[in-house]
Amino acid sequence: MTVEASPGTTSPEFTTSLLYLDGVTVSFDGFKALNALSFVIDRGELRCIIGPNGAGKTTMMDVVTGKTRPDEGQVTFNGKFDLTRLDEAAIANLGIGRKFQKPTVFENLSVFANLELARKTVRGITRTLLAKLDTGARDEIAAMTRRIGLAGREEILAGALSHGQKQWLEIGMLLIQDAQLLLLDEPVAGMTDRETEATADLVRSLAGEHTVVVVEHDMEFVRSLASRVTVLHEGSVLADGSIDFVQNHQAVIDVYLGR
Amino acid sequence: MGSLLDRRGWIGFLATGLVLIVVVPLLNTLPADSPAHLADYLVPLFGKYACYALLALSLDLVWGYAGILSLGHGAFFALGGYAMGMYLMRQVGTRGVYQNPILPDFMVFLNWKELPWYWYGFDHFAFAALMIVLVPGILAFVFGWLAFRSRVTGVYLSIITQALTYALWLAFFRNDMGFGGNNGMTDFKDLLGMPLQSGAMHRGLYIASVVAMGLGFLVCRYIVTSKLGRLLLAVRDAQSRVRFLGYSVAHAQVFVFTISAVLAGIAGALYVPQVGIINPSEFSPANSIEIAIWVAVGGRGTLVGALVGAVIINYAKTYLTGAVPEAWLYFLGAIFILVTLVFPNGIVGLVNRWRGPRRAPPAAPRGLLDEKVAP
Repeated sequence: MTVEASPGTTSPEFTTSLLYLDGVTVSFDGFKALNALSFVIDRGELRCIIGPNGAGKTTMMDVVTGKTRPDEGQVTFNGKFDLTRLDEAAIANLGIGRKFQKPTVFENLSVFANLELARKTVRGITRTLLAKLDTGARDEIAAMTRRIGLAGREEILAGALSHGQKQWLEIGMLLIQDAQLLLLDEPVAGMTDRETEATADLVRSLAGEHTVVVVEHDMEFVRSLASRVTVLHEGSVLADGSIDFVQNHQAVIDVYLGR
Repeated sequence: MGSLLDRRGWIGFLATGLVLIVVVPLLNTLPADSPAHLADYLVPLFGKYACYALLALSLDLVWGYAGILSLGHGAFFALGGYAMGMYLMRQVGTRGVYQNPILPDFMVFLNWKELPWYWYGFDHFAFAALMIVLVPGILAFVFGWLAFRSRVTGVYLSIITQALTYALWLAFFRNDMGFGGNNGMTDFKDLLGMPLQSGAMHRGLYIASVVAMGLGFLVCRYIVTSKLGRLLLAVRDAQSRVRFLGYSVAHAQVFVFTISAVLAGIAGALYVPQVGIINPSEFSPANSIEIAIWVAVGGRGTLVGALVGAVIINYAKTYLTGAVPEAWLYFLGAIFILVTLVFPNGIVGLVNRWRGPRRAPPAAPRGLLDEKVAP
């Protein structure tokens, strides 16, 4: 097990860590998308992951959410679950939610129905067939539409929302799913400045209650989150620390920021 | 959202039911010289359309809502039909050409000495009825489980469903399968101890078909208006998102595919006594493709569209194959191209457009074969 010796790194105690990647390697036709990647995310932490294209950010999310099986290494969630043995649905039900790079909501369903499907319930087929919404559930969905700035748009088809609103709806779906760990892949891509600011407020408000991992290219947004930053390069951790630390880190400037 | 049918929907449903179940049979019982008399040959014809409509409904449930374009639904229809055919063969008794009380004619002809084990029980209607549901249902469950668990979707799924019906087509052609080979089963005499060739039986089978179609419609409506129905649309449009929400996409697909196959099997079982024959041509891959055309023409993802499409296309087929037989296939091809290019939401989509945008269907599919897969 390797742990990067850099400021702010905590030792991987299973009691405080929520997600623990240990030596994860993924190769596609000989190309190592992840190369013995190891890091720890603490409970309640807000963490940004940056890096150039092809650094393995999305592959890392694929591994954590069960979409891709690693060739080597372990991914431990909550100290006891080995995520490399579970499928997507099982991992989601453990409390890991993922927002895709391209906003992915159910465009032919209303905002309300999107949240209804995401809301934490028993996921079985018969239960879903017979499900009836009680007032508690309706209130919960209404509260979520307010939180993500979509109050009054419950009956609009999600496909008719603006790009930014779709991103928020997707985040709202992860929240109402009651995900402990939120993986947000480029949450502000394609957003206006005002939308980006609102999103930063939303993401900051999640930390503590949820554990949030943000993959982002927008350095201004990363700075506004004021979180610890992990820089990936060629499938492993290049640097790790505060935003100021990594922005002044020579290797980071060379491979990523300086170009 | 959420209710089975709204007020207008129930009125339309019950009014249609009243006309089809009460008025049509009554007109048939009028004296033959009455101007309002409905000719006898039309009753089984309408019954056949009702069976096709139920079959189209079953395909729309999986294709229109869950995005599973099955091009093998004719197989489930034919299996339901064969189960009914086996019962009807046993009902023939000693009235066959060879007058064997146990063996159907084709087995005597092949010099078989005893009834194969898989024919046991088919002398009881209740057993046959159970098989009508179970055989297509179990086949769909197993096939669906294997296909959906391996995440076969889109065009690949369509191709293997074609392969399924093709394989059964070849198998049922074989005499040693024990299902009558090339000729299939025909010369049925009785159903439930009553002669098949009588006005009352024709009307009874017609009414049973219409009732089955109506109940099938309500079952499908119940599914598509439930939370599961919304989940199916979600599966159709963004499978990965559904998985990352913690639902099993495969379970939802297997469930709806199995229900759909059972409906198709019931349609086939009601079809066979009205046309008087079941043979392997029902398994032909082209038959299954035709079902998809009915649904596309009517408007997929609407249920009503499937019913309308099946009836209109089959009426056109009845008319054209009689009037200008060589034109039928050209007509079918032309209408399919027209639907794909000009009105992708089918007849129901056209009607909705005339009625204005206020009643846009909940499921608005884009192209006919498009498949939206999340990254």
